[in-house]
Amino acid sequence: MSGYLEGVLVVLAINTVLAYAAFLPMAAGQLNLGVAGFAAIGGYVSAYASNNAALAPVLAIPLGGLAAGFVALVVAVPVLRTRGIYLALATFALSQIVQSAILNLEVVGGAAGFPVTAYIRLPTVAAFAVGVFVLDVRAFQVAAFALGSLLAGIAGGLYAHHFNYIEAQYFNVSLGITAVLYVLLGGTQSVLGPLLGAAVFTLLPEALRVSAQWRYVLFAAIIIVAMALRPQGLVTGAQIRRLLGGAGAREQERAA
Amino acid sequence: MLGAIYAMVGVALTFGIGVLRFLNFSIPGLFMAGGMTTWALVNAGLPWPVAAAAALVVGALAALVVERFTWRWMRHAGPYVPLVSSMAFLLLFENLAVAHWGSDLRTMPRLFGSADWRIGGLVISLPQVVGLACAIGLIWCLSLLLRRTRIGRALRTIAEDSDTALLLGVDIHRLVPLVFVISGLFAAFAGLLFALNYRQVHPFMGEALGLKGISAMVIGGMGNIWGAIAGGLIIGLVEVLSIDAFGADFVDISVYGLLLAILILRPTGLFGGMPAEGARA
Repeated sequence: MSGYLEGVLVVLAINTVLAYAAFLPMAAGQLNLGVAGFAAIGGYVSAYASNNAALAPVLAIPLGGLAAGFVALVVAVPVLRTRGIYLALATFALSQIVQSAILNLEVVGGAAGFPVTAYIRLPTVAAFAVGVFVLDVRAFQVAAFALGSLLAGIAGGLYAHHFNYIEAQYFNVSLGITAVLYVLLGGTQSVLGPLLGAAVFTLLPEALRVSAQWRYVLFAAIIIVAMALRPQGLVTGAQIRRLLGGAGAREQERAA
Repeated sequence: MLGAIYAMVGVALTFGIGVLRFLNFSIPGLFMAGGMTTWALVNAGLPWPVAAAAALVVGALAALVVERFTWRWMRHAGPYVPLVSSMAFLLLFENLAVAHWGSDLRTMPRLFGSADWRIGGLVISLPQVVGLACAIGLIWCLSLLLRRTRIGRALRTIAEDSDTALLLGVDIHRLVPLVFVISGLFAAFAGLLFALNYRQVHPFMGEALGLKGISAMVIGGMGNIWGAIAGGLIIGLVEVLSIDAFGADFVDISVYGLLLAILILRPTGLFGGMPAEGARA
């Protein structure tokens, strides 16, 4: 496999995990704009564990995920008292605090970033991503916020161990927002939505290899038009049922 | 001064929230458009008042485009959809600016010489004072518009319920673009104040400022215009105090810590905003 293709697929796998991190709380009606902060916690904890405690990446990455999930559990009680746009802004403020805290933590390199020595290749990254997808994510709505954050932490750990370098600036506002965009483009009604959203988001810019900035311009324009024409996202629950041709679909067609 | 700029961005945001229940994430992009247009035209040799006027026009037009593709289509769509589209507009504006001007930090020429006043040991720069006065004047005009005029009454009806307003014969399709244009003008004005005072612009200048503007809005109470101004000044003050007490590295932790604390303890803000339950995301 060419290095370029492997690179694209790794990014796709990580973005898919991030998309589910945003999807879990959203399916429970919570807009989490702070996915980037939890990805940062997972990335840094796993990187620290594998660098300083010589933990194997396959253990360090879930550990980072657990750390992110734990932080989410601790803050969930006060943060989830807020609703709607207030909840979204609270998660967002949290993510900003995490990012600035890491910038000031000298143990993990502060603003200079943190090299990671252990390396994982595509198969490991892909295995984690598939693992996330196979879990029936909807079963866990109760703890959606914490579990979503756990996934974000795993995504951060995968990133750290594949690219062998992380810096706080990577986990910025745009990362949190794009994670939400994956879900909304794909659609929030079906489990497949985030996967499709992440795939379109990752592969489309690669396919549109004009110049870097024009790619993003085009990409933003596509989101705007897609949202105007198809606000429910690319796939909906009804479409999936119709595609699978189950009893539910026939019932629905009769009703319609 | 930075406090006043936060306040203006906060007002631009809070006006959209207050009237339309819509958090317009493209406002940082409009702020940047105002700043970069001012820089580009001054750099091209035009006098600064012309550049400033052009920046305001660009802000207003861009805001109208945003209205066409967010509010108009998606008033009855899912709650997150207009928010997402306005985020996409932020991405769009930023990357258009990068494509056109590159992503470097650009420096404005010094326009006002040494127009500083010295009062005792205090140095006050004249452009800052004028900028501050203009900001206060604009905000005052906006609050007059809302309280005293027919348009203001119509806007307050829309704020209550846009469907009822339509039934009562309020021309939503003319007034909503007006809300966007006013927001756009405030954002672009804040951008040009920033460009003229700090003389540095770049395509992502809106992000940090926009986030502080959002914080200003929440701290003051969403939808409350004077609250946003107080919030902007409070954030400016917290930044200065935090630099004094803990050093420059902890500024963001202090500001966003305050934001988080307010959201948890008193989500309607210090000066009263709309109820938490009624807010759509």
